[in-house]
Amino acid sequence: MTDLLSQGCPEKQNSDPEMQMQKIIESVDISKAFGITKALNDISFSVDESEIFGFIGPDGAGKTTLFRIIATLLRPDKGEMKVLGMDCIAGFKELRKNIGYMPGRFSLYQDLTVEENLNFYATVFGTTVKKNYDLISDIYSHIEPFKKRLAGKLSGGMKQKLALSCALIHKPKLLILDEPTTGVDAVSRSEFWTMLAKLRQHNITIIVSTPYMDEAMRCDRVALIQNGLILSVAPPQKIRDGFSRKLFMIKAHEKYKLIIALRKYPDTVTAYPFGDSVHATFADNHINESLFRFLSEAGLSNVTAVETEAGIEDRFLELMQNVR
Amino acid sequence: MDNRVIVVKNLIKKFGTFVANDNLSFDVFKGEIFGFLGANGAGKTTTIRILSGLSSPTSGEVTVAGINASKKPEEIKKQIGYMSQKFSLYEDLTVKENIMLYGGIYGLSKSLIKERTDSLLEKLNFLEYGNKLIADLTLGLRQKLAFSIAVFHDPKIVFLDEPTGGVDPITRRQFWEMIYETAARGITVFVTTHYMDEAEYCDRISIMSEGKIVALDTPENLKKLYNTATVEEVFIKIARPVNN
Repeated sequence: MTDLLSQGCPEKQNSDPEMQMQKIIESVDISKAFGITKALNDISFSVDESEIFGFIGPDGAGKTTLFRIIATLLRPDKGEMKVLGMDCIAGFKELRKNIGYMPGRFSLYQDLTVEENLNFYATVFGTTVKKNYDLISDIYSHIEPFKKRLAGKLSGGMKQKLALSCALIHKPKLLILDEPTTGVDAVSRSEFWTMLAKLRQHNITIIVSTPYMDEAMRCDRVALIQNGLILSVAPPQKIRDGFSRKLFMIKAHEKYKLIIALRKYPDTVTAYPFGDSVHATFADNHINESLFRFLSEAGLSNVTAVETEAGIEDRFLELMQNVR
Repeated sequence: MDNRVIVVKNLIKKFGTFVANDNLSFDVFKGEIFGFLGANGAGKTTTIRILSGLSSPTSGEVTVAGINASKKPEEIKKQIGYMSQKFSLYEDLTVKENIMLYGGIYGLSKSLIKERTDSLLEKLNFLEYGNKLIADLTLGLRQKLAFSIAVFHDPKIVFLDEPTGGVDPITRRQFWEMIYETAARGITVFVTTHYMDEAEYCDRISIMSEGKIVALDTPENLKKLYNTATVEEVFIKIARPVNN
């Protein structure tokens, strides 16, 4: 499943060398609590120019809180957040001109048309649609035929494209996308990532959060986030390499029975369903006849087992288990 | 009737001139996990609303749990359970209050509700959460609870509309194990999802595009037919016409 989404991840575009030195985001020990709930715990990371930097983690991990701090919409309790070289609290006015933020929830004006929304955002930022049309033409052209339609009447995929157009219309240096593909079908998700890759050509830095592990493969670097902690930051390939055991892909005719049986097998460390197979790890890192005998005694037929490469989701499951 | 719990013949649903469901015909069997896939806007929600008695077909014949959907949609509601990612539980009620509310709506007796509540909370490892507000639970816990409540009254069919959106990968897998268990009890599970790896967990899947069912078979057969390694690739090949 990762294969399709991992295609077409172009090399980073080079800008002039001096600019490359600049960190677009520098987060040092950022913490934020809501009552007794600690949403973020000493979060530190940095993002380079023109990077697509992904935050991968489940609902409630702290992604939205972090993004709202970066977008100057929320103050951290502790720590320092610098964006485009400016402090997020002291420099919020200047920063807002240079940030494009697409929140997780559709937040455009439902009772304005597509065209009216776009014009409105352009005007608020002191620019015009015409001036920056180049930047959005790829995305906006998909919805332009419906420009007289009310935003509230658009389908999920079209709303997403309009929201992205509005977030881009003032040509921001940093684009913040909070779960832009949640609830979006597999075809539209793939298209959306192709669009993001193209934006890099305009030197726009993108931070993006998603619960879809496969999308991580299309980022330059990925932070795995869970319970307000960053578990790992690395290029996606490196994160996969961190998997600590040998991983086996096991198939049988009856999947559910296979999972149950594998969990009962004494040497099994983990067994998770993965598409049409079960991904399992074993204490001694190999499989032998006794496993097949065990599964056959459990009433399973057509059992196959081969070693396989761990994907990013395998590694995430492993890291999550250590945290719990 | 035989072991078909959903029978759809030539279902057409129009909104004005727009054809949301264009001549659908399919059957779903008892205890089956049926994946109902399609791109956004393909017409899935329209079909689910008809199957659950919330909307009636423009033409065609739809039978759910032996009940005709055009004639007795209200009767269908008693025989089914429903859960969606968008709405499932009342956030300002506690776990127990939510269970009681749904149990009461479905006409279960107080003693039966009490008995089932206790065993449900124990099974979910939820004993400490009984008096907590839903608002204080993580999304993963909420979704597991919402699913349990959707099958609390032992319906013939449970409809799950993107039940795992945004949920962490461990919880997602635990959720699917609950689905397997439910199906093994003989309850039919009718599920939509955008996670194509989850489509592989289904017994059969259908893929809808522009109001029509363009594929319906086991995941294995569809992969063979389209010569792909995953359902995701099948989906990308056929779920959407070009230039949309």
